Amino acid sequence: MALQARRFADALVVAVAGRLDQDNCDAFRADLMVHVEQSAHDGGAVVLDLTDLEYASSAGLRCFMLAYRQAKAQGGRILMASLQPMVVEIFEISHFNLVFQVFPTVREALAAASSDAAASYDKAAVA
Amino acid sequence: MTFRVRFWGTRGSIPVALTAFDIRDKLARALVEASGRTFDSYEQAHAFASTELDFSITHTFGGHTPCVELDLGGPEYYVCDMGSGARPFGVHVLANQARRPAVVNIFMSHVHWDHIMGFPFFGPSYVPGTTLRIHGCHDVLEQAFRLQQSAPCFPVDFDQLAAKIEFVKLEPGRPNVVGKVTVTPHLQLHSGDSYGYRFEKDGKSVVYSTDSEHKLENRAESESFAAFFRDADMVIFDAMYALAEAISVKADWGHSSNIVGVELCQMARAKHLVLFHHEPANDDATLEGLLKEARRFEELTRGDQPLKVSAAYDGLELEP
Repeated sequence: MALQARRFADALVVAVAGRLDQDNCDAFRADLMVHVEQSAHDGGAVVLDLTDLEYASSAGLRCFMLAYRQAKAQGGRILMASLQPMVVEIFEISHFNLVFQVFPTVREALAAASSDAAASYDKAAVA
Repeated sequence: MTFRVRFWGTRGSIPVALTAFDIRDKLARALVEASGRTFDSYEQAHAFASTELDFSITHTFGGHTPCVELDLGGPEYYVCDMGSGARPFGVHVLANQARRPAVVNIFMSHVHWDHIMGFPFFGPSYVPGTTLRIHGCHDVLEQAFRLQQSAPCFPVDFDQLAAKIEFVKLEPGRPNVVGKVTVTPHLQLHSGDSYGYRFEKDGKSVVYSTDSEHKLENRAESESFAAFFRDADMVIFDAMYALAEAISVKADWGHSSNIVGVELCQMARAKHLVLFHHEPANDDATLEGLLKEARRFEELTRGDQPLKVSAAYDGLELEP
């Protein structure tokens, strides 16, 4: 699972696509941690854009949890955005909605991260 | 052919009991649900409570720690763990035996306190002629039973018990024929190790797998448990926490979640998942919520074979 990342001011938007399960969670976690560490080092937030995430198993959800804990330990933040209805339900069933900040759109997550990140996103959208 | 599972204790860690506040809360919720209704008889009110109210209003999951009987229809008894549920189980055995000495085959997942604490109150152990065969894989099995009945912790020493008590060491992965049933232990991840048991008789299979944490990133571990659960008619599963809790603040505490239970049973093509070893801090409504969430997760992830999902409660009886 190749992760596409886009920077908006001090926030990094990382797009997650497909299915996240035991078969690909190790590779996903390794890729995600690079972004989490970089973002924490820069003092910004990571927004996970889950628009194209179809499904996350317990192993996949654990990757999110580990990234969240690592980001927190390093002074960073991870926000979730644009979940498909099935993924929303899985977050609720597993009680992940009680752990993560979940936003309907990437724009709203960036606004929660910083005003600069939201402004940068708006500027890119206009361009 | 008889194969019946009877749950005498389903709570994890420590016994709990409903409080006066809890009873009032259930009554108040029932009255709100019944607003505007009239009942001309106890039977009408009972029918309303039985069919229209949530389980968590009309029942309780109960508070005894693990003790699960497998009723195989013969003269001998088979039971997993000796948590506080062993006390009512012992009452049942004594009533059933009507003064005849019993033979009880006990299978121990491990010897943490919540799994042995009912033994000093297990009535048949005080009856001469009774035979208790305590099976397990731990070297410290006998030591643990003796220790909890040593002074100053308990007034009756283990050696004063009237029953004939044998300790039978089992090897993980090796099937054993014990009376009417074939039982195979399986090593599980828990502090000091725990063991699950797969019971097979007349083509039916029940797995008892409690106090078992699952490392989700470890495919070999998942496949090992899928093989242990393979095609089981019933899997009694440690579902102490919601997933987020199990892999965050309570990671490495040696327990699992409702969601992982569904996933492993689906991998194994098991037929019936029974959530077990309930967190003592969870009230009945929370436990009912965890059951509903597990059922919904099963619906969302169902392949070509549905998985029935239940939650064990003290007093529940099921046929695999």
